[in-house]
Amino acid sequence: MSLDPATVRRIARLARIGIDESDLPALQRELNGILGWIEQLNEVDIDNVEPMVGTGHAALRMREDVVTDGDAREAVLSNAPDAAGPYYTVPKVVE
Amino acid sequence: MMLTELTIAAAQGGLRRREFSAEELVGAHVAAIDRLNGRLNAFITVTSEQALDAARRADAILAGGGDAPALTGIPLGIKDLFCTDGVRTTAASRMLEDFVPPYESTVTANLLADGAVFVGKTNLDEFAMGSANITSAFGSVENPWKRAGDAETVLVPGGSSGGSAAAVAARLAMGATGTDTGGSIRQPASYCGIAGIKPTYGRCSRWGTIAFASSLDQAGPMARTVEDCAILLQSMAGFDTRDSTSVDIAVPDYRAACGRSLKGMKVGIPAEYRVAGMPAEIEAAWEQGIAWLRDAGCEIVEVSLPYTKYGLATYYIVAPAECSSNLARYDGVRFGRRVPGASLDELYEATRREGFGAEVRRRILMGTYVLSAGYYDAYYLRAQKVRNLIRKDFENAFQTVDVLLTPTAPSPAFAQGEKMDDPVQMYLNDVFTVPASMAGVPAMSVPAGLSQSGLPLGLQVIGRSFDEESVFAAASALERAAGFTHRPAVRAEVV
Repeated sequence: MSLDPATVRRIARLARIGIDESDLPALQRELNGILGWIEQLNEVDIDNVEPMVGTGHAALRMREDVVTDGDAREAVLSNAPDAAGPYYTVPKVVE
Repeated sequence: MMLTELTIAAAQGGLRRREFSAEELVGAHVAAIDRLNGRLNAFITVTSEQALDAARRADAILAGGGDAPALTGIPLGIKDLFCTDGVRTTAASRMLEDFVPPYESTVTANLLADGAVFVGKTNLDEFAMGSANITSAFGSVENPWKRAGDAETVLVPGGSSGGSAAAVAARLAMGATGTDTGGSIRQPASYCGIAGIKPTYGRCSRWGTIAFASSLDQAGPMARTVEDCAILLQSMAGFDTRDSTSVDIAVPDYRAACGRSLKGMKVGIPAEYRVAGMPAEIEAAWEQGIAWLRDAGCEIVEVSLPYTKYGLATYYIVAPAECSSNLARYDGVRFGRRVPGASLDELYEATRREGFGAEVRRRILMGTYVLSAGYYDAYYLRAQKVRNLIRKDFENAFQTVDVLLTPTAPSPAFAQGEKMDDPVQMYLNDVFTVPASMAGVPAMSVPAGLSQSGLPLGLQVIGRSFDEESVFAAASALERAAGFTHRPAVRAEVV
């Protein structure tokens, strides 16, 4: 599979990473280089193989349904780039 | 006495016998950082004042007699990927240039509880994505080693834990933390002539460590001896309820394991690691390591891990996929850099364009693509299945052998500027380290000798899940046989 400029633009849009038209040729070349190289996985027979989603040594644990953390509003907001009182701010999203 | 030349094990004794104070020990390292960090760029943030204060507190504890915690007064570097309470933590990214965590990672909290003194936050590839420490937003790290007869050429320290490796090799810290996703502890350890272990996935808590690829990321120690790595891992490891992948299993006595006899240990030599085009000196170091382990009483067994050659390609689907998901949190709203935009999407796009460097952007885009509708099965699901085959390779091998021995990297440290035109060429540095990461098994690099150009070469010992003890035992035997006493050209005691 080879990525065309429109696909690179679409991926960048999905990832919410701004790109300039002038970035496209280099990105397209680099991504296609990597994709071409990982095509080698197509030769592996994966019939009847389960996907590995983790190393499987940790069991999901149950715990009491109680509050274990919290009351840390100041700490949580301490790195906000543009906090307003106890809120994060974003550009206007509703007209 | 050159305090910067001591091992952690020796310093523990010296501090307790009051041969020198923690303030002197930490002060010697702080002075070395002052003198050399401008050149090596091994630290992004130096915390001299806090370190000296902590050293004075350590001296008070040591003076009180009784049992001081194991690492009391020991100066360490902390990879700038571990959140440290009140100390800026950048992940070497412009995105987190001013990020000051209001909490401490579990691994660093464990080290602090054992008395360790942090001299600073070490440089790395941005968000730990890289193999040469050239993608840091805070500049490249210089490897303190030089090619024989060539004092000019600047070599890379490896990556992503390149600042940690350079700091320990140059004697700016006695040990350091690293993280390893596909080789980020072992490969820089090899390039800088030190030891480093990636423990079993689940052994060290990931809580408070900035995430790259969560199913692979694992913290581990880097130090100048295998025993020092054992001492540090003893403190770093342990179950943590705040990491759902942390495994509730007792942490054995790693230091004791270093002295274990290897009589009867079976060492596997995987045929597939004899890759085409491997330099003769790498092959020779490997053969030497095999001979050393045989002399130590090991039985050498040829084994086959047939899916090895698919490790890297699998990694470069799985890791970017997880990276694209993890790094979605950097949105310019809640923490980190923010670049204003007229709409929310414009804010996101401008922030992420400006905040991330080229390699991080590339991996996010690749990960977004392999996870996107229509391509998920062809790439991501296929990679997860191949990953399972790679893991089964290791499980099969460990039915007959106790550890595996391989080279750590396919070359010694290369020069800044080399291998930089093509991302795939850079990725090939991790060919020997990635498979163990995919399987989650522990693996350690230990210095074995020098290349013809006078640069360190590491050997890798890979063990069964949660059997770091056999890894430490075999690595210690290699270390004793190698008698590696070479030191880098740039180091604390060279004025």
